Amino acid sequence: MIQVRFFAALRERSGKECLEMALPDGVATVAELIGWLEQSDQTLAAAFAATPCRMVAVNEMLASEEASLEDGDVVALFPPVTGG
Amino acid sequence: MKTCIAVQDAPLNATAPQQWLRDEGVSGAIVLFSGHVRDEDGRVEALHLEHYPGMTERFLGTIVERAGQRWHLNGAWVVHRVGTMRQGDEIVQVAVSAEHRQAAFEACAYIMDILKTRAPFWKKELIDGSWHWVEARERDALAAAAWLAGEPGHEPR
Repeated sequence: MIQVRFFAALRERSGKECLEMALPDGVATVAELIGWLEQSDQTLAAAFAATPCRMVAVNEMLASEEASLEDGDVVALFPPVTGG
Repeated sequence: MKTCIAVQDAPLNATAPQQWLRDEGVSGAIVLFSGHVRDEDGRVEALHLEHYPGMTERFLGTIVERAGQRWHLNGAWVVHRVGTMRQGDEIVQVAVSAEHRQAAFEACAYIMDILKTRAPFWKKELIDGSWHWVEARERDALAAAAWLAGEPGHEPR
């Protein structure tokens, strides 16, 4: 199983905070996971389209969409950060 | 180097960083950045800050560690507020102590610039009764990129 977490505008637009799912067949990277989610859920596809600029964390470490995934990973997707 | 890193809902104590960093003369310099909620010409009625609990604290620790590798620091304090705030409230305190001012000025700016563009916080503003997410600024990204261009290893993750 993997966990996919959404924050800020992406959480509000998708209406989801966290998904728990088996790592889908053929999905080996964050980019492929996003593609898979877009195919499987229209609301998520719309939320990603409305948030084209995104940041990624894998297991609480900043990563790129090219980062590889394995079972047990926690993936977080969010818009560019605005703290400080 | 002693460090204090926290994320809290409660209002920040304005005098705490200096008190905590004072070290009876070991450090000749303490530099403090204190960030406050701007009212943007009276438009912003409130500000709400969300973060990624766990990742935020860990990442702030990484930034401070990197700063400690780059400059000789005696202490570093990073405390960020989350939740709902009003104009004028203190949002963030970044304070560092060092033997000399140059290291303290630069390390404080470095921590703040990386925090703004990498640490998982998101701001929302209440304007005319409705909440709007704040967009990231290009100039903040450029400021962080300028520091990271000089870093030998990977950028902080």
